[in-house]
Amino acid sequence: MFNGKKVKTSKWMSSAGPDGEIVLSSRIRLARNIKGLPFPYLASDSQTEEVKKQVYAIYQDKALSQQFGNMSFLSMHKLSPLERQVLVEKHLISPMLVKENHNAAVLLSDDEAVSIMINEEDHIRIQCLLPGLQLEQALAEANRYDELLEEKLDYAYDERWGYLTVCPTNVGTGLRASVMVHLPALSITKQINRVLSAIAQVGLAVRGLYGEGSEITGNLVQISNQITLGQSEEEIVKNLFGVTRQIVEQEAQARQVLLNEGRDRIADRVNRAFGVLTHAWLLSSQEAMQLLSEVHLGIDLGLIKEIKGEVIKELMVLQRPANLQLMAGQSLDAFERDRIRARLFRERLAQ
Amino acid sequence: MLCQECQKRVATVHLTRIINGEYTEQHLCEQCAKNKGEFDFSHNPFSLQSLLTGLMNVDSQTLMGFTPKKLQCNNCGLTYAQFGQIGRFGCSECYQAFGERLVPILRRIHGSTQHVGSEPRRAGGAVKLRRNIEELKQQLQRLVEEEKFEQAAVVRDQIKKLESRATDGGKKDV
Ligand SMILES: [Zn+2]
Ligand SMILES: [Zn+2]
Repeated sequence: MFNGKKVKTSKWMSSAGPDGEIVLSSRIRLARNIKGLPFPYLASDSQTEEVKKQVYAIYQDKALSQQFGNMSFLSMHKLSPLERQVLVEKHLISPMLVKENHNAAVLLSDDEAVSIMINEEDHIRIQCLLPGLQLEQALAEANRYDELLEEKLDYAYDERWGYLTVCPTNVGTGLRASVMVHLPALSITKQINRVLSAIAQVGLAVRGLYGEGSEITGNLVQISNQITLGQSEEEIVKNLFGVTRQIVEQEAQARQVLLNEGRDRIADRVNRAFGVLTHAWLLSSQEAMQLLSEVHLGIDLGLIKEIKGEVIKELMVLQRPANLQLMAGQSLDAFERDRIRARLFRERLAQ
Repeated sequence: MLCQECQKRVATVHLTRIINGEYTEQHLCEQCAKNKGEFDFSHNPFSLQSLLTGLMNVDSQTLMGFTPKKLQCNNCGLTYAQFGQIGRFGCSECYQAFGERLVPILRRIHGSTQHVGSEPRRAGGAVKLRRNIEELKQQLQRLVEEEKFEQAAVVRDQIKKLESRATDGGKKDV
């Protein structure tokens, strides 16, 4: 049934990291452009090729591998649509990189923690993605790559406006810091909307993973900074870190309330979810995300002991359509995917 | 990124939806998102598009008669009017070409008009940093004289940040 390729486990999926029960991942993204060259959406093929060539030359230089070990240079047009979509589902590249143009590429570190996107919205986007709440670490890592690139590339920079970007909302530091948080208890106790609107009021952006209806699927929320000009990288990261810590506290309190006021009820709920996940024959992606969320909560609360949270985190990615099809080694229609998905859970979670 | 629906305005609402088990990403402008009834969860404090057009209208009224017919970037050919429509610059030189007109726009988006973060080493730091600090100090003095204390406080904080960076030698301190 799974005769296709094995999906490589990216660093962010492989372990929990600090505050990893609630913060699934931390991401830093730096937007950079090359001075004078038209931005990708306006550039000719030969101009985007020029950007790609310049980064390719860095990839081939010994300094890169000496400092960062082996990296892979993947041209988007050489990958199958499925392989590209797998990278998107693993959060290693943006959906935009797949869409934009012919000379889109990514330079990927061996542990898949760092991806340098070429010819996305901006010429260069350096991303570092780590498990748990590790914003400072991710920034430090992204900076190391940025410094190496900066030695070879003529970055577009202005004393007043900072790093010049395609969109005025990114100018300055070019930094977008974000965390993906898992908030099942705030959702069950119906506090989530209050918490999320409070976050929006302090100038951070909140994005949910939507289902049909307005429920947030899998109780996963992404929080990121909006302002990139007039604050230093450290301030931006510190601010997001502080707010994230508060959300972690609130979710932890809500979890305690669930345990104190209805231990049997929550134990019943998460174990039922575990039962369905390990015995169902057909599972839609949406149902699977909801069940995985509840099982993750069960593990965090010590109510499900057979498996580890990281296994669930990885399954959240593996159950997505492109990942399933790559593993199956064939394209699958929606019904077949539901069947293979259920089988994936039965195999991975069976003891 | 342009709105997938109208292809005219900038997409400010980003949704990940699951339809028939397929993940799809939607990037809509505020207006199209509202029309589709999908605005309940995005907390976008402003729409970049309406912000840009709003500011540019004011701009063209107040500057009528002074505005050159076609404000355009010589390097990439993007006009200021096009920038207002799509909300994106065409190349790094556009920032220079559109000059002071960007000040109110970026202030509205970020609440600031001075970068205080790290810089590429080859931009060569210290001297420029001092010049920036001098300029800001003059600006501060003007604002205080005009009794614009709120803005003055912002500038004062920027000066502090730049001064602390100047003592670090203008390097990244992570
Ligand atoms: Zn639209
Ligand atoms: Zn230009």
